[in-house]
Amino acid sequence: MAKKKKSLLYRLRVALASIVFPLITLLFLDFTGVVHQYFGFLAKIQFLPALLALNVVVVLALVVLTLIFGRIYCSVICPLGILQDIFSHLHGRLKRNRFTFSPAKNWLRYGSLIIFMALLIAGFASLAALIDPYSAFGRIAQSLLQPAFLFGNNLLAGLAERMNSYAFYHVDIWIRGIFTLGVAIGTLTIVGILSWKHGRTWCNTICPVGTALSFLSRFAWFRIFIDAKKCVDCSLCERNCKTAAIDYKAHTVDHSRCVVCGVCQGVCGKQAISYVHKNPNRQFTTEDNNKTAPDNNRRAFLIGAALAAGTAALAQEKKKVDGGLAVIEDKKAPQRQTPITPPGSYSANNMARHCTACQLCVAECPNHVLRPSTNLKTFMQPVLSYERGFCRPECNRCTQVCPTGAIRPLSVPDKTGAHIGHAVWVRQNCLPAKDGIACGNCERHCPVGAIQMVPLKPDDEFSPLVPAVDEEFCIGCGACEYACPSRPFPAIYVEGHEQHRMD
Amino acid sequence: MAKEISRRGFIKALGGGAVASSAILSACSGKSMEKNALAEPAVGKMTYRTNPNTGDKVSLLGYGMMRLPTKPLSAKETEEGKAPEFDQEMINRQVDYAIEHGVRYFDTSPAYCRGLSERCTGIALSRHKREDYLIATKLSNFSPDTWSKQASQEMFENSLKELQVSYVDYLLLHAIGMGEDAMATFNGRYMDNGILDWLVEQKRKGRIRNLGFSYHGDIKVFDMLLKWHDEGKYHWDFVQIELNYLDWNYANEINSSNTDAVYLYGELKKRSIPAIIMEPLLGGRLANLPDPIVAKLKQREPERSVASWAFRYAGTPDGVLCVLSGMTYMEHLKDNLLSLAPLKPITKEEEQLLMEIANDIYNLKTIPCNECQYCMPCPYGLNIPGIFVHYNRCIKEGNMPNKGSEHPDYWRARRAFLIGYDRSVPRLRQAAQCVGCGECVSHCPQRIAIPEEMQRIDQFVEQLKQSKNGF
Repeated sequence: MAKKKKSLLYRLRVALASIVFPLITLLFLDFTGVVHQYFGFLAKIQFLPALLALNVVVVLALVVLTLIFGRIYCSVICPLGILQDIFSHLHGRLKRNRFTFSPAKNWLRYGSLIIFMALLIAGFASLAALIDPYSAFGRIAQSLLQPAFLFGNNLLAGLAERMNSYAFYHVDIWIRGIFTLGVAIGTLTIVGILSWKHGRTWCNTICPVGTALSFLSRFAWFRIFIDAKKCVDCSLCERNCKTAAIDYKAHTVDHSRCVVCGVCQGVCGKQAISYVHKNPNRQFTTEDNNKTAPDNNRRAFLIGAALAAGTAALAQEKKKVDGGLAVIEDKKAPQRQTPITPPGSYSANNMARHCTACQLCVAECPNHVLRPSTNLKTFMQPVLSYERGFCRPECNRCTQVCPTGAIRPLSVPDKTGAHIGHAVWVRQNCLPAKDGIACGNCERHCPVGAIQMVPLKPDDEFSPLVPAVDEEFCIGCGACEYACPSRPFPAIYVEGHEQHRMD
Repeated sequence: MAKEISRRGFIKALGGGAVASSAILSACSGKSMEKNALAEPAVGKMTYRTNPNTGDKVSLLGYGMMRLPTKPLSAKETEEGKAPEFDQEMINRQVDYAIEHGVRYFDTSPAYCRGLSERCTGIALSRHKREDYLIATKLSNFSPDTWSKQASQEMFENSLKELQVSYVDYLLLHAIGMGEDAMATFNGRYMDNGILDWLVEQKRKGRIRNLGFSYHGDIKVFDMLLKWHDEGKYHWDFVQIELNYLDWNYANEINSSNTDAVYLYGELKKRSIPAIIMEPLLGGRLANLPDPIVAKLKQREPERSVASWAFRYAGTPDGVLCVLSGMTYMEHLKDNLLSLAPLKPITKEEEQLLMEIANDIYNLKTIPCNECQYCMPCPYGLNIPGIFVHYNRCIKEGNMPNKGSEHPDYWRARRAFLIGYDRSVPRLRQAAQCVGCGECVSHCPQRIAIPEEMQRIDQFVEQLKQSKNGF
């Protein structure tokens, strides 16, 4: 980009984007829940989430915003858009004036939008969400950036521990879902390469939100115009337009693709480019219907390796000497007939229809319970499992962050009244039933008192006590499953409810 | 309160059951019905203390008129947020029952029960002979617009009118030591307007028989008032303080703005100022104890309520004139009568037990683990000594969040305790994982009941975690 003076539009856009982008990113990194209290709204003003949440106010505001200013949404609100600008800007520092005009690839962008909408209507929100810019960014931030952030936190926690301070604490870092990680890497690769080479190509070919907004931005009150009388045909604007929307020879700007970044205004030495309501040259049209072959890659999915199997199986090591620690075998998730969806999602159906798999709830969950699903129908949408913790009774954080209405806000008491599943006893794993050991850990840890211990043999009150679950009281929080000493598979586990029962 | 009520309800059911079963027993055996007297307080058994100033015979149980029974609300009224109406018929019945069983001291205030307590009390008591009851009311201090001399005088005159009496037996300066700046509040309320001198004058005229104060909060005001007493500036006929077996040593731990009862009572005793006791149950907390503690108490006195221990404790010191209880329900009244009419004083040994329980409640008992590792390895992977070491260290270093969530230090200590716990012992080796197999018990040379301690620590941790979302 030329070292010319930057336009006001450019400065404003960059200033806003550099506030919004770090904050949205932080939403996916912060594990303490503090950032959300103040900036959680940034997720809720994203286009597709607001649309799915039927948030009329936000959707209307975005429509009006676009009708007035053009696609500034893409430049300052959409995190994936800003991420592309960062890549493109970095490349621009090495290689200046690298863009050329190309006609809009309508068949691709409209095709993409139609497929996207068809998937949404058919209830495959998670598949549609593969190309939703906000959730694509969410997956990148949660899967790739959050581990790095947590690692940094853990370094600080280590330091704090040495200094006897409790300012930072250690957090477990683990891969929530290998497939989602693959998708995130794939998305980042594609978006990264595209933006490095071609600027905002993604936004004008694949991105359904960009295409949807393009219908409005054509008619925006303020648009970028090139004054043919002032223009000296130097082509600088075209060569700096990351959306390839400027045809300098024709003195036209394709307003359906322009994201009002303000770069062209700055590079134009003749002040021929203005961001105004009135077209200074009436006779020109803005649309060019020539079509060229697409230069886009299709999305590729990286399929990762399967999880490594558990190791040494000696939970019940016999005591021979004093001291030392018994090896603890890792827990494995039991096969659940019905997946468990987060409290506040009300039903598997509501979840499937609304969730864009942005991973915000997964990033937020402090109990290591939420992870992306691997099921194709609910791909990457959050499900619960209790190998690393359980859905703690005092926590309702996932319900507070969801921008799409897939998980609706619940107060803590309401959350404890959401029956998301019920516990099931597996006799052959239960230590008292198997080995005659007194246990009752599930009963002791049940926060709602849904478990009582009963004699294994009904006619022998001195037979080992085993858990009996009152399904009516059980809320499916998984405290029992987590507390169960049976490894690798628990002797009591939670089956999800397709439709949550709310007390 | 709700918890206390449910406990009381339970005790009531228990008591009722005991009556029924003993009735059946006696019917079978043909013995006398004496056993029923266990559940029904006897008449004429009240323990009395003498007020050294006036020679008043004061019942050890005093009736606090701050939580009077109300009539139930309809669903519609509840929805509309209507305040329930006080049940005068029930109040009369309970007051009659109390007087019949020897209660003489009735404590009210112009502020209690939305300002209606004095009226309800007056209606109930005026049906009795004036010499059968002693009235305590207060010059309350809640709203600064009642602080002028005229408003204060009106407040006092109104108390006499509402209570339908010509004199008050015990008048208290209400809740001394409260307020942002307790000293300034005290001066503003009682000194600058000259109302304290006016009250002294009323006492001279016989309209007030005993003048004292109730104390909460800032110790500086308490100390100053007693200094005045020593100097002969003002004479306090009695002082009302909080006393119970937790506050005795731990009042300051529960709430940093409070002072341990051992000090308050000691100061009064030194000067032979009789003490009126409030909060003998610590706001119901001592009636709602953890199960193992309930078991300990029940083992000794299976027929008596958990609350009875607190009343006996508060009534035992001889400098105590009267123990107040806000008895909403007849069951409270009967249970308290069983505790104090007559008083069975707390023995030295019982006192020891209650002090241990206070320690227990505050988790200030370290576990005598010396990390010999004989218990290890635990077959379920627990790091038993690691858990005990962390727990003991938190007690020693003052990182024990045992002071109630209102305590300013609670959240710091909680964070230190929980983060420190994860640092010392990985989650999979923490107390929550103890199944109670008992493998370790026989190996411990200190004879620590390891599984019980593990489950107790786990419960404590769980309770800490549930008090807030996150660290």
